[in-house]
Amino acid sequence: MNVLVWAAAALIGGAGSVTRFYLDGVVSSASGRDFPLGTMAVNVSGAVLLGLITGLAVGSTTALLAGTAAVGSYTTFSTWMLETQRLAEERQARKVWLNVAASLVLGVLAAWLGRTIGTQL
Amino acid sequence: MPEPVGPSLAVPASPVAVSVPAVRRVPRIDRREIAAIFAGGALGTLARAALAEGFPHSATAWPWPTFAVNVAAAFLLGYFVTRLQERLPLSAYRRPLLGTGLCGGLSTFSTMQVEVLKMISAGAWGLAVCYAAASIAAGYAAIYVATALVRRVRVRR
Repeated sequence: MNVLVWAAAALIGGAGSVTRFYLDGVVSSASGRDFPLGTMAVNVSGAVLLGLITGLAVGSTTALLAGTAAVGSYTTFSTWMLETQRLAEERQARKVWLNVAASLVLGVLAAWLGRTIGTQL
Repeated sequence: MPEPVGPSLAVPASPVAVSVPAVRRVPRIDRREIAAIFAGGALGTLARAALAEGFPHSATAWPWPTFAVNVAAAFLLGYFVTRLQERLPLSAYRRPLLGTGLCGGLSTFSTMQVEVLKMISAGAWGLAVCYAAASIAAGYAAIYVATALVRRVRVRR
């Protein structure tokens, strides 16, 4: 791994974060802010993409740039947890469990779907 | 304030641009906010990528790099967001830089899901369940503790 690859990883990571911010904003403004659907949309779509990259069995540099940097920065674990904890503070128990379970189940299914498609290609 | 160059659904800038629509907040593009997210995201991604490359692991081993960055990012996000919302004066660029950018770029959901999928594919169901449960429990606890730490400190006036 040379300096150029790492510089590219940083730039791609910045772009991935901006994409997340934008898509979350679009989904949240359409669905309302009662439930963190924006983060879920970002995370589940990212899981499909990373599954796809995994299924394609790309080289290590491509995996770093497209997988770890691009899709990795696009998705977020910390916001998912923050929104879950804030729902719990508001005593929205059903939404807490829904946010945790739906993200997890849909996330694994999405990764599986992406990988299945990737292996077929 | 730069001209909002959002998508077609953006609210046109009114001459008295004071009132913010409370219910439907349509995302607008603020170049400096985007720059802050980009910078934070680049830094977070670099740290996460360095850990991932530095500590490779097999499909059925505990993914320490992902686990560590996710829990650390959750703690930092809980700290930053609570402090910025409840303790510090209003700032336009701290949350985009530190929260959306740095913590968002440092943590990852997709890698965790693919790791769980690989564990399941390898037949390591117990490990998959433990890893997912431990990540969520530790991430949630990190937010909770960071939030409580910030709130314990009294507001100084």
